[in-house]
Amino acid sequence: MPADAPATTRRDAAVAALAEVAHEPGAPKPDAIVVADGIVRRFGGLTAVDVAHIEIQRGAITALIGPNGAGKTTFFNLLTGFDQPNEGQWSLNARSLKGVPPHKVARRGMVRTFQLTKALSKMTVLDNMRLGVSGQGGEKFWRALFPFAWKSEERRNTERAQELLARFKLDAKQQDFAGEMSGGQRKLLEMARALMVEPEMVMLDEPMAGVNPALTQSLLGHIKDLREQGMTVLFVEHDMDMVRDISDWVIVMAQGQVIAEGPPDSVMSDQRVIDAYLGAHHDQALTDTGEAFTDDAPSPAAPEESA
Amino acid sequence: MDFNGIITQTLTQAIGVSAVIYCLAAVGLNVHFGYTGLLNFGQAGFLAVAAYGLAVSVSRMGLSLWVGVLVGILAAILLALLLGVPTLRLRADYLAIVTIAAAEIIRLIVRSVTFREYFGGSDGITRFADEFYALNPFSSPLDLGVIKFSQNDLWVVTVGWTLIALTSLMIWSLMRSPWGRVLKGIREDEDAVRSLGKNVYSYKMQALVLGGVIGALGGFMAAIAFQSVQPDTYSTEFTFFVYTMLILGGAARIFGPILGAAIFWALLVFVGEFLNEAVNKGVITFLSNTQVGQIRFMLVGLGLMSLMIFRPQGILGDRKELALDAR
Ligand SMILES: Nc1ncnc2c1ncn2[C@@H]1O[C@H](COP(=O)(O)OP(=O)(O)OP(=O)(O)O)[C@@H](O)[C@H]1O
Ligand SMILES: [Mg+2]
Repeated sequence: MPADAPATTRRDAAVAALAEVAHEPGAPKPDAIVVADGIVRRFGGLTAVDVAHIEIQRGAITALIGPNGAGKTTFFNLLTGFDQPNEGQWSLNARSLKGVPPHKVARRGMVRTFQLTKALSKMTVLDNMRLGVSGQGGEKFWRALFPFAWKSEERRNTERAQELLARFKLDAKQQDFAGEMSGGQRKLLEMARALMVEPEMVMLDEPMAGVNPALTQSLLGHIKDLREQGMTVLFVEHDMDMVRDISDWVIVMAQGQVIAEGPPDSVMSDQRVIDAYLGAHHDQALTDTGEAFTDDAPSPAAPEESA
Repeated sequence: MDFNGIITQTLTQAIGVSAVIYCLAAVGLNVHFGYTGLLNFGQAGFLAVAAYGLAVSVSRMGLSLWVGVLVGILAAILLALLLGVPTLRLRADYLAIVTIAAAEIIRLIVRSVTFREYFGGSDGITRFADEFYALNPFSSPLDLGVIKFSQNDLWVVTVGWTLIALTSLMIWSLMRSPWGRVLKGIREDEDAVRSLGKNVYSYKMQALVLGGVIGALGGFMAAIAFQSVQPDTYSTEFTFFVYTMLILGGAARIFGPILGAAIFWALLVFVGEFLNEAVNKGVITFLSNTQVGQIRFMLVGLGLMSLMIFRPQGILGDRKELALDAR
């Protein structure tokens, strides 16, 4: 099929670019869109995130995995400005994002979704979508007063929203309140809405959670599509089969730290990762296998116990 | 009993001067609370700064009434900024606390002995609106049988309802625009709106200013209608009345605050008139006229409780929309 041709090239390009990258936490990437250094976020005595160095490859699908409470959502919040770290620097396209408020982060091209879906229930599906469009003249007070000043812009945005909704199989629902949709449909809507912003990078926090298997397949297809359109995707997911299916690179977090990185197959057979998921981190096992890890985390269990 | 008198009084009050004032306050509050979800418990403060801005400009500084109106609007904008800058970045409850306190502070300042020479203490300021009545095109009072207005009241009510119509039209058009869509989004989930690149803080501020300025129009009408400003008109009780009206009529509906204000005020008048008449005519013997005032508030409270139980979305609200909240 000819349609597959560009699809495979984008994917191959991402895989090829990452082929030379070392399989270790904090590995430098050939073309990093996001670079973060020394990000620490504490909640009282608990260090939820302690990422020494991380780089996200442009144009690739990167999965962020880790057991519950590993700090994935917190790390998302920090990167997107919804939370501020106690320490650390991070940048998007080499421009620092430190102290940048969330709406400006979004405008710079980094748009995220939420683990607990934030569809705006009392607004129609179509309005949810149109809200996503950046830089609308009609969103300015004085212009809003005069419909002729924004009607044509609104028409264009509506068309784009409808196209996107059709891709997500939500077009039949466009006049419904978002609150009337199922949980899975709301996940789809939230993702489609994020795309209305025309981001350069999308960050999806558990996009497949609660979505039925049939819908999951189409969602995976959509995420792969994003890469084909040149977007960078960072997503959190617990289902390893999906991670294996769509990601070009996997970053593993446990107890706030990045403990492993690599392509899906190699990461999933990594002993440290298996241990982290099985909860072996309360023994010595984790520190025994990881060379890089031993140095900066003498006792990862300690802060949790004191909390 | 003089039922005719009771009915006339009730109907006249339903669209009369007080209803107009409450209406404008409620239309403004609807922008805050109804559309944006801002818990402003100091709406009385916006009316107060406007009314006093007008009165002080005219009677203390000798400025024209229209300059006074401008001063009042600027004062309301300033108050909105003053309240919004520190609180709108914080959780919703902070605005509630700060606004309720600020409105009380304003009331206490204007009624204080220290500033008596400017604000007139607890007596307030009187007779500063002649310029308004000089423009009165009506040369005779209105008497439609069931609705009666004096010449001056007729002029005030005409201007008042024109303002209500204009502001409502403006809000109607704003809320159908992308600007209004952002506000509705904020009401539901600020973070979702932020994640889409909107400056939530700025929108909340715009809403606070807009609703405050509309409230200020109510303040002007109050000052002009009675040719007097008195600090205790602008008490916290006033704000709670306005909330009650808004919820009664249906928040986030164009006609919600208008209907709510008219009905609530008419009810209050009706119960008062009815009971007083009944006491005066000896129909009710176990109450005195002074007790009637309290009884009517008890009845109103009872009515509102039933409203919350049987129709929590208000008269014009949409139950379906309210239910969506629960999910
Ligand atoms: N606001 C907060 N206050 C206190 N502790 C918090 C807060 N947010 C997160 N934490 C803690 O930080 C740790 C990391 O939480 P986080 O939500 O980032 O985990 P996660 O990796 O996203 O987990 P899951 O896979 O279950 O979503 C947890 O131990 C959590 O209890
Ligand atoms: Mg999470």
